[in-house]
Amino acid sequence: MSQIHVITTINGDETEFLCEAQETLLDVLRDHLDLTGSKEGCGTGDCGACSVIVDGRLVCACLMLAGEAEGRSVETIEGMADGDDLHPLQQKFLEMAALQCGVCTPGILVATKNLLERNPNPTEEEVRYWLAGNLCRCTGYDKIIRAVMDTAADMRGAA
Amino acid sequence: MPKDEYQSRDFRIVGTRPVRPDGIDKVTGKARYGADMTAPGMLWGAILRSPHAHARIKSIDTSAAEAMKGVKAVITRADFTYQPESASLADVLDNCMAGEKARYDGHAVAAVAATSKSIARAALKAIKVDYGVLPHVTDVDEAMKPDAPVIEAGRVQENVPEGYSENVTGRSQYGHGDPEAGFEKADLVIERHFTTAATHQGYIEPNACLAQLGADGQGEIWVCTQGHYMVRNTCAGVLGLDAGMLRVTASEIGGGFGGKTHVWMEPTALVLSRKAGKPVKLVLSRDEVFRATGPTASSSIDVKIGMKKDGSITGATATYRLQAGAYPGSIAFLSAMCGFAPYDLKHVRTEGYEVMTNRPKAAAYRAPGAPMAAYPVESVIDELCQKLDLDPLETRLKNAAREGTKASYGPTYPAIGLEATLKAAQSHPHWIAPLGENQGRGVACGFWFNFGGDTCVSLMVNPDGTVSLSEGNPDIGGSRASMSMMAAEELGVDLDQVRTVIADTASLGQNEVTDGSRVTFAVGLATIKAARHAIQIMKERAAMTWGIDPEAVDWRDGAAHPAGPNAGKFPPMTIKEIAAIASNTGGPIAGHHEVTAEGAGVSFATHMVDTETDPETGQVKVLRYTVFQDAGKAVHPDYVEGQFQGGAAQGIGWAINEEYIYGEDGRLQNPGFLDYRIPVASDLPMIEPVILEIPNPGHPYGVRGVGETSIVPPLAAIANAVSRSSNVRLTSLPMSPPKVLAAMKGT
Amino acid sequence: MVTVRLWGSLGDLAGKTEVEIPATTLRELLQGLEETYPALKPQLERGVSVSIDGKIYNDSWSTPIREDSEVVLLNRLVGG
Repeated sequence: MSQIHVITTINGDETEFLCEAQETLLDVLRDHLDLTGSKEGCGTGDCGACSVIVDGRLVCACLMLAGEAEGRSVETIEGMADGDDLHPLQQKFLEMAALQCGVCTPGILVATKNLLERNPNPTEEEVRYWLAGNLCRCTGYDKIIRAVMDTAADMRGAA
Repeated sequence: MPKDEYQSRDFRIVGTRPVRPDGIDKVTGKARYGADMTAPGMLWGAILRSPHAHARIKSIDTSAAEAMKGVKAVITRADFTYQPESASLADVLDNCMAGEKARYDGHAVAAVAATSKSIARAALKAIKVDYGVLPHVTDVDEAMKPDAPVIEAGRVQENVPEGYSENVTGRSQYGHGDPEAGFEKADLVIERHFTTAATHQGYIEPNACLAQLGADGQGEIWVCTQGHYMVRNTCAGVLGLDAGMLRVTASEIGGGFGGKTHVWMEPTALVLSRKAGKPVKLVLSRDEVFRATGPTASSSIDVKIGMKKDGSITGATATYRLQAGAYPGSIAFLSAMCGFAPYDLKHVRTEGYEVMTNRPKAAAYRAPGAPMAAYPVESVIDELCQKLDLDPLETRLKNAAREGTKASYGPTYPAIGLEATLKAAQSHPHWIAPLGENQGRGVACGFWFNFGGDTCVSLMVNPDGTVSLSEGNPDIGGSRASMSMMAAEELGVDLDQVRTVIADTASLGQNEVTDGSRVTFAVGLATIKAARHAIQIMKERAAMTWGIDPEAVDWRDGAAHPAGPNAGKFPPMTIKEIAAIASNTGGPIAGHHEVTAEGAGVSFATHMVDTETDPETGQVKVLRYTVFQDAGKAVHPDYVEGQFQGGAAQGIGWAINEEYIYGEDGRLQNPGFLDYRIPVASDLPMIEPVILEIPNPGHPYGVRGVGETSIVPPLAAIANAVSRSSNVRLTSLPMSPPKVLAAMKGT
Repeated sequence: MVTVRLWGSLGDLAGKTEVEIPATTLRELLQGLEETYPALKPQLERGVSVSIDGKIYNDSWSTPIREDSEVVLLNRLVGG
């Protein structure tokens, strides 16, 4: 099977890979690049566990072909912390116990980071609708929503 | 030496809310779940599944698949050369790989291992299966009829009366008194028929494993499971291997809720690996998770309750028919035990029927059997309250089981917490908050047993005085945090001095699955006792150093202190000082505890919910939700609250959205998260958790399991709220908009 | 002698819902039940839980039982 050669930027690093035409960005992240922080919960764009940011836009990595990453900038959960400095959302999720099993957590963190970049002062309803594409089966969302609202307030205070 | 049973005490660490030790890995994407592991030379596995609900497998031609480049193994049932003796293990085997016939849409019939996912998928398409389609039945009531297609003959237990098809494999009956005489005394008797749909646990991480099995019978499995010892024992039993030759390591687990207390495809991965001579990774798709891993049972239920005008219940009966799916053994007996457990009844009788159908084998789902047991009972009690103009909380209090009550399932209750949850609900501001148009408030109670079971813990005091704790239960919601907290509490050291890991099956003795809300109770109990064992050894070491009797040494604040006549004669020796000279005083220091924990202590909850019903669309919106539950002692309150909130959310999904939908062809029509809709963030309000602490006498810290009870009350609580907001009584779950609208329009 | 209460459908097989078994431990109780009431054997082999004075036991054979203990047989419990 002929492979496609792709040059892209992942978490700030120029990255090259070969992929099959039908492979998704999620396949390549997980199976070729060992970036297993993005999870496959459904493979059909319904659960959001594979949420990544491509050129500033939130996408499900399972719905994007890897070949489409050519020339783009991809941000994954692995790029969210700066070394051992956690992003304020990551820190708040820990402090407020906004995760149980943790498998949806990477997608939810990536999605909410993107939300706060667009809207630093979201209402509870806006957070809930923004996260409506990120399924969590453990928490009932309560502590997640509180952690996001709290982080947004902290970040506004710090800005 | 502290006593084994509960003693009231002031806690230093237990009851606080520290950051969990596995947290950073989980917020940075480093935590390794089932599908995140690879091995050198690894192949990708894939499973071919039956498109028919019920079909004889006449032949399977794998030759074209085997000839494909990159395909390293193709297996069918013929490659499972060992036939287990026990019926239950034979069922597991047949469910993992169909033998003579496919019993449900999605039943595995063949599997491949190949060098890439795409080759594996292509190879599945090259396998030719010749099916002889058989009549099927997916509805529980239809399956009971004498002329129903029989899934497997010869499995009927001695307790089943005549007159049913052979799909009815078991019956259990509980109760006492004479319900018919009780109904005579009632001012109002209501009898209703209810149905609930099958719902899936809906864990976000699909089942996944990485397996290796050599010709010498030695194997390794990396797997997301609620119990890696269960995986080891079951795989060994199904394949005729020695359990000691299989080493199973539990990955991080992305949710389970009972669905990962079973083996679905791990033996398949092992057989593929044995045939190919390489490690095989097998990851189910979401479609496969829905079609072939067990949802909970759907049910058909009749409930009859009599009540006096003063609210006292005079008699009660319930018949629960639960579908087990394609193999015998369901949970109707648990429904029969749990349905009326919250109430003090003179006359009560329940029956449970286990029914096979052409659906995937039903699995445990959070308090298995209890949600569908409570739903009709709590609905009818609420309807009686409405018709007799009674307060639903007062009426429940009037009938509430308490210490000394003979439970509907037989025993006399010790101290229990139901009244406390009802009284907390009565005094909560939620109860008197105003409601708007089309809005209603519902309440319901729930009961669950909780378990203990086989448990092993080892606690090592390292040379620098830090502590390594090994336990054998996958951490599904923060249990490593709780174990570290209990160990640090007991040892008198700082929390950051203890690290807890989940040991593999070769490193610790047998452990029961992470189920039955058992871990914080049973593993916590073993952790405390392992710590006490280590303390005893450290006291002996200090005594030896001081040249005094070990009985004359106290342990407090993480140090040995000379006591009695020697008090003050020597400066205390800290755990670090004792650890540093361990080699000189008898060798490394480790405490351990192995126990089959009993006496878990039953659990009760009361839930309160406000809903609004849209009169145009029939959509039910949950506006406000409060959970009142007894935790015994909340070790880490954040994660106790999380269990309350998560269980409530799952119950809300069960009540309003979630259902397995089967077509006339017996195929599952909604095997994906788009059409099987679990609650999303915008569906839910905040869920307020109210933790009550009525200590469990069977645990040194008073801990009671909390994980499951929270899914029991929501089904009825919401049905009751909907009834009060829309003035219709729905008796079929889920209460989806079309059903609600039809009921409101009286059609 | 210990008085053992059976659940309804098990009582049907034994012919009564309360039976008397000479036993001082859980193991003696289970053995005594099987010997005295062979009809219960299939269910005992599938497994039972036993409530002794309000506390539920699944496995521990040496659990002591007093003459005046309240002993109730239950279907073997499972969890999720």
